[in-house]
Amino acid sequence: METFLTYLQVFAVGGTICLIGQIIINTTKVTSARILVGYLLLGVILETAGVYKYVRDFGKAGATVPIIGFGSNLARGAIDGALENGMLGAVTGGMEAVAAGIAAVIFFAFIVGLVATPKSK
Amino acid sequence: MKNHTVFFKSGIYIEDTATIVGPKEAEGPLGRYFDKSVCDDLLGQKSHEKAEIRLHISAIRYLLNKTGHKDGDVDLCISGDLLDEIVGASLTMREFDIPFMGVYNACATFAESLILAASLIDGGNFERIICSTSSHFCTAERQYRYPLELGNQRTPLSQWTATGVGATMLNRVKGKIRIDCATIGRVVDYGVKDANDMGACMAPAARETLLAHLEGSSRDVDYYDLILTGDLGEAGSGLLRLLMEEKGVKLGEKYRDCGVLLFNKAAQDVGQGGSGAACSSSVFNSYVYKKMMCGELKRVLLIPTGALCSKTSTLQGESVPGIAHAVSFTLA
Amino acid sequence: MNEPNEAYLKLIKEKMPKSKHLLTMFRAFWTGGTICCIGQAFTDLYTYLFSEMGENDVAALTTITLIAITAVLTGFGIYDKIGAYAGAGSIVPITGFANSVVSPAVEHKREGVVFGLCANMFSVAGPVIVFGISSSVIVGFIVIIFRGAFGG
Repeated sequence: METFLTYLQVFAVGGTICLIGQIIINTTKVTSARILVGYLLLGVILETAGVYKYVRDFGKAGATVPIIGFGSNLARGAIDGALENGMLGAVTGGMEAVAAGIAAVIFFAFIVGLVATPKSK
Repeated sequence: MKNHTVFFKSGIYIEDTATIVGPKEAEGPLGRYFDKSVCDDLLGQKSHEKAEIRLHISAIRYLLNKTGHKDGDVDLCISGDLLDEIVGASLTMREFDIPFMGVYNACATFAESLILAASLIDGGNFERIICSTSSHFCTAERQYRYPLELGNQRTPLSQWTATGVGATMLNRVKGKIRIDCATIGRVVDYGVKDANDMGACMAPAARETLLAHLEGSSRDVDYYDLILTGDLGEAGSGLLRLLMEEKGVKLGEKYRDCGVLLFNKAAQDVGQGGSGAACSSSVFNSYVYKKMMCGELKRVLLIPTGALCSKTSTLQGESVPGIAHAVSFTLA
Repeated sequence: MNEPNEAYLKLIKEKMPKSKHLLTMFRAFWTGGTICCIGQAFTDLYTYLFSEMGENDVAALTTITLIAITAVLTGFGIYDKIGAYAGAGSIVPITGFANSVVSPAVEHKREGVVFGLCANMFSVAGPVIVFGISSSVIVGFIVIIFRGAFGG
């Protein structure tokens, strides 16, 4: 029962974030790259302001899987880095926090790019 | 020249036409009218660009075989497509021993090549000219929009670039279908900035050209059996009807759009209909040509429309102007 | 002659077909929610399998898994079909970011591995990296200046 409730929370939070994105696409015709950047910056701001951790506690993966969670990760890394290592940490902290994601994206894009071909539509 | 309209004094006739289309176009309502279709839009080539070139070569080769001519019998080829620097048509023509002029007017390229060819033949120095245009969904998509595999939604206003080639052979020997006059359009910009909304970008240009044509030729809409715009799409052609009514011209049942005819909008998920340089050329050279040859249509006005933009111009905030040229065909 | 025709722009705003709001919103909601639930399932799985791992490592592993799945789906030409249905539902999750990196890589391979595949890999998603890293550095500097506010 508890698990079910958790997944319901994940579904609701993740779904709502995507739904808001869809409203923005429908009404303003912004492209997907702009949506991604906008959400990312929102995540950075909310994390820096200390608000996003409440969303994350409630929504779990629903708050971390959307790109807004990627932004909050970046900000959290920068904050922790700056507090621990000063200037150097401020510069490297964000990158370190998302290193896994960026390395994975580059590596898999490279491999799939080498192997796959665009499909006929 | 009155109202940008030119009358060709000598007879300019269509000797023959050829069309080759992709699988989606062949499944559409006009499927049985095309000369040939391919079932794989890659044609066994390494890239879609190469496939488009292969398609273009086959269409011109087929047209030459059909009419029994050799390369040397053709004085000129006027061709275009939508690729960077019209490299598709240029690379196509290295396979032929025919003089070549490349043209670009976006999706109105076919009309541009017809008008140029007709004028050159009318001038007396040319006997036989081939006009052809090609486009390919997969090459146009990356030329103007996004990578094919990018998972974004097409807006309801978007159109589907036709995969195919249409080629027309014009000459001065008397034939059944004659090009009697044409109206050359102006670049018309009403300030539409959404490059996905091509119908709205091009409808004002289509209206201006159509009005200029009717006035310049002293004809009215009823003179024609069919008035056919290039690729305004369903919403765009509705818009043209409205715009024409503003000027007191009712288009009525005789007005159709190639992009709407080419696909089955409900079943084929093509947005507002077809588009692309091959949209007007493949529909005219198959469906309309055959209907004229069997006498069902006697007078046809073809108005291919083009949206003039590039990825760079749209990113720099330019609006997307339209252009349209009208070519009038009559049964001799 | 180059002035925007305001009357016309108003006309097309009224007459041209609109996005179907409710339908697209519903689709974005349920697909986005489902992708997040898949992410949660992997998180739970990894927490169970690798109990010695910290929360951050599990999250990183989940991200890598989702990216790998997206890369494969993009390679097989499936992700763009999901995207056509889901809209923002498959753009906003990290999988949408992965798709926007993998799709230009696949698309441009024909222009060569170095100048095609690699050079164009971030042609769509590049701004995400640039804004992300830059803003995190700015946040780092803000933290150094206002150390007290962040519990330093």
